[in-house]
Amino acid sequence: MVDMSVQIGRTKLANPVMPGSGTFGEGLDAVMDLNRLGAIVAKTITPEPREGSPLPRVVEYKDAFLGAIGIPNKGPDYFVREIASFYRQFSPPFVASISAPTAEAFGKIAADVSKPGIDVIEANISCPNLERDGKAFAMDPDATEKAIRSIMANTDLPVWAKLSPNAGDAPAVAQAAEAGGADALTVANAMVGMAIDAETMRPRLGNITGGMTGPATKPVILFMAYQVSRSVSIPIIGCGGISTAEDAIEYMLAGASAIQAGTINFIHPAAMLGIIDGIEAYCRRKGIARVSELTGALDDHEGMKLEQLASTA
Amino acid sequence: MQVVDKEPASGTSLERYPVAETICPVLKNEPVNDGYYHLVLDAAHGAAMAKAGQFFHLLCPATGDFTPFLRRPMSIYRIDRAQGRLEFLYKMVGAGTKALATLKPGDGLDIFGPLGQGFKLDEGWKHVLMVARGVGLATLAPLAEMAAERGVRVTAILSARSPEYMMSEDYLRSVGAEVVTVTDADGTSSVEDVERIVRTIVETEGVDLFATCGSNRLLTMLQRLAREYGIPGQVALEQLMGCGIGMCFVCVLPFRTPDGLEYKRVCKDGPVFPIEEALSW
Repeated sequence: MVDMSVQIGRTKLANPVMPGSGTFGEGLDAVMDLNRLGAIVAKTITPEPREGSPLPRVVEYKDAFLGAIGIPNKGPDYFVREIASFYRQFSPPFVASISAPTAEAFGKIAADVSKPGIDVIEANISCPNLERDGKAFAMDPDATEKAIRSIMANTDLPVWAKLSPNAGDAPAVAQAAEAGGADALTVANAMVGMAIDAETMRPRLGNITGGMTGPATKPVILFMAYQVSRSVSIPIIGCGGISTAEDAIEYMLAGASAIQAGTINFIHPAAMLGIIDGIEAYCRRKGIARVSELTGALDDHEGMKLEQLASTA
Repeated sequence: MQVVDKEPASGTSLERYPVAETICPVLKNEPVNDGYYHLVLDAAHGAAMAKAGQFFHLLCPATGDFTPFLRRPMSIYRIDRAQGRLEFLYKMVGAGTKALATLKPGDGLDIFGPLGQGFKLDEGWKHVLMVARGVGLATLAPLAEMAAERGVRVTAILSARSPEYMMSEDYLRSVGAEVVTVTDADGTSSVEDVERIVRTIVETEGVDLFATCGSNRLLTMLQRLAREYGIPGQVALEQLMGCGIGMCFVCVLPFRTPDGLEYKRVCKDGPVFPIEEALSW
């Protein structure tokens, strides 16, 4: 028996696997046993209801998804009343994902969702589609710390800060989120991108810019998780192109305590259950008693430099 | 790209979870005529669970130049419960359908479903009038079969470029539908001509439901007649999709609601919608 539980700050999860925000929905209860998940992460909500981005909303690549959805949602009251109450029938911790246009509004919406049935708040301070230029709190350490402080002042729930892979200095933003009081960091959100149709000479997305996710993003965000985990003392949740148990294990070795699978849920809706089974099988095969032992277990082995090879020859 | 672990995950048993990802052997995948293919799958679970108007989300195989990443939604052409088969009729257009066309009998196709809200038949309805054009015919075919099973009469007006593109005519007749065909080739398929036929059927035989798919102009005409005669209507729509199950909000289209225009998800709120809500595209 492998102990699959992990501790994310104040929250204990039965296993380290959960969906990335925006890649999960109520319809999946007709597909698989949701009680097997480590946590359930909801789609982001904003203080005011939003219809979302103009069409088209997606461009696909060989192994990536470029989406500009624009956070369609019906606001915090509807979320607490309808969505959070639906998920109360399931046992995994339920994570609300919130976004807001100002630090103050972040605090307000955090208070609005601090209700029974909601166990954790994930602060989406990095969603690149809110404004057309793709700017976000998570691009800047000061803005990040302010937003997280405002949230912490308005809730007793654990708070996870979801960082952006577009920040120039990711460790600085991560440390700012930690200083602001975040219990954990989700690394990371989508990478800002765009697509152009050469024939029509127009952008392929109705919103012009979008967020790129999927397997192609994994090397970039895996490195970000590695780098960030070495610069803070709070737990990291890896999120970026995870499609298989092997991907998840790589993130844990790089320093993540848990992982979020996102775009893969669009292709293989029950993929997370296969990832859980695969991580457990890996631990058994490697003689690892507790999955949490994988976190940061990377053997930072560097290849031998030519000079060293010469000296041993 | 290897994306899932090979062992089936525990917690996805087909009995408890009606919507499933299954690998189905291809029994047939042949061109019907210019650009159209007929795909038959050995799909016991899908055939048992599917309802008319629903769709499956197909993982088209990446082959050569065609590397679709997302699944492709495909409306069901025929649900053969007796033999445990699903049939699809598709037009080869983009990377997904071109990849699909490479499948040979014996190959496996990964399908996810059944998904979406299908057609609804109210108790007491006696006559359904289907009006469809092109590949839209395929989407309405299971409605004809569902109506026949419930003893509801079906009249189908099929519109196509020429008689050889009238793929579902024999199948519709075989399930007991009365079929009227109109074609561009013999000059009988103008919207005005089809409207005259619809009016005659409504006024002489009575109609309880209009159902349509595949033509903007026919949709607009039927919306007008549905309002005029006070007859309910249902339209099956299609749209580029991401997940197919309501999570990603990629496949939204604008719909008329009492509060004005609103985006709805074609995959989860549809693909069959009340006819009055649809906008022409």
